[in-house]
Amino acid sequence: MKDRSEIVTGLAEILEEVAGVNPDDVAEEKSFTEDLDVDSLSMVEVVVAAEEKFDVKIPDDEVQNLKTVGDAVSYIQKNAA
Amino acid sequence: MTGFLEGKRLLVTGVITDQSIGFHVAKLAQEAGATVVLTGFGRLSLVERIAKRLPSTPPVIELDVTNQEHLDGLADKVREHVDGLDGVVHSIGFAPATALGGGFLDTPWEDVATAVHVSTFSYKSLAIACLPLLGRGSGIVGLTFDATKAWPVYDWMGVAKAGLESTNRYLAQYLGEKGIRANLVAAGPLRTMAAKSIPGFEKFENPFQERAPLGWDLTDQTPTAKACLALLSDWFPATTGEIVHVDGGYHALGA
Ligand SMILES: NC(=O)c1ccc[n+]([C@@H]2O[C@H](COP(=O)([O-])OP(=O)(O)OC[C@H]3O[C@@H](n4cnc5c(N)ncnc54)[C@H](O)[C@@H]3O)[C@@H](O)[C@H]2O)c1
Repeated sequence: MKDRSEIVTGLAEILEEVAGVNPDDVAEEKSFTEDLDVDSLSMVEVVVAAEEKFDVKIPDDEVQNLKTVGDAVSYIQKNAA
Repeated sequence: MTGFLEGKRLLVTGVITDQSIGFHVAKLAQEAGATVVLTGFGRLSLVERIAKRLPSTPPVIELDVTNQEHLDGLADKVREHVDGLDGVVHSIGFAPATALGGGFLDTPWEDVATAVHVSTFSYKSLAIACLPLLGRGSGIVGLTFDATKAWPVYDWMGVAKAGLESTNRYLAQYLGEKGIRANLVAAGPLRTMAAKSIPGFEKFENPFQERAPLGWDLTDQTPTAKACLALLSDWFPATTGEIVHVDGGYHALGA
């Protein structure tokens, strides 16, 4: 299983590439929409990129539960192949 | 079904997620032997990521159907990948939030105009942009949601679709002499990004699931994609101006 900080780093790379988020701002307690200003279409792309990077399927119904970076980390840690 | 589109060259618009109807059209087309070129709108990087999920990664050309330069340059860009087209799939729709969701009586004209520009007029614009590539026996297919009725919350998108259905008949009339067919698939509700952005979309879901004679799966784009491809195949050579319902039979019911 990947450790949490490794996943945070991976997500920070994706967020920088897809939504221009400064990697230094990315931390587990940050909310994608409120703290990192990720709009809904960017979030769709973040999810797609995360699916590829971590070899995990993130169903739509799940995406709405991923409010913070930490939520995403937990989901990926639990479900990654 | 391998090979039923062998040698066909198709331009598919409207892919934004792997739930997009366009994605499933592209996927089944490749599986049936067609060469596919995609167009993408707005977030090209997302379209390109999704394109990689197809059996073989197709080229993606940027196309905003409201941008005349994009339309004017489309045929040349397509020619960089294929020497002509046998089919074009219009899988594009958009309406501003004010035009959907129950505010029908208050929607300003500018927002209605946007819905009609992107969802209705673009069917003609796309056909004309591709015309230099289309020969006898080729066809264009679009996606409608049965516009003969007023639906809950669908509002001005319903009006735009009524216009699309009429545009389809006129395209059939004007393109017929060139041997080019124009047809629509009237799909039942499917949980795509466009659908989920309609506030109150659930109101469509239950009636189809409960009453469609064949039943209806909100998450299965395959029947709709198959119908699009059937219409572009060699098996509907004398059909144009038509609307094929892929809705589990819902449209056929009275009460
Ligand atoms: N999902 C349904 O329930 C349903 C039912 C019947 C018909 N349809 C129709 O099917 C078609 C495809 O929609 P979908 O359900 O696959 O949703 P979708 O959100 O996956 O696709 C809609 C597409 O329209 C594109 N688009 C929007 N504005 C554009 C513009 N200016 N230029 C070019 N492209 C633009 C988007 O990029 C997106 O790819 C639409 O015409 C829709 O109205 C959908």
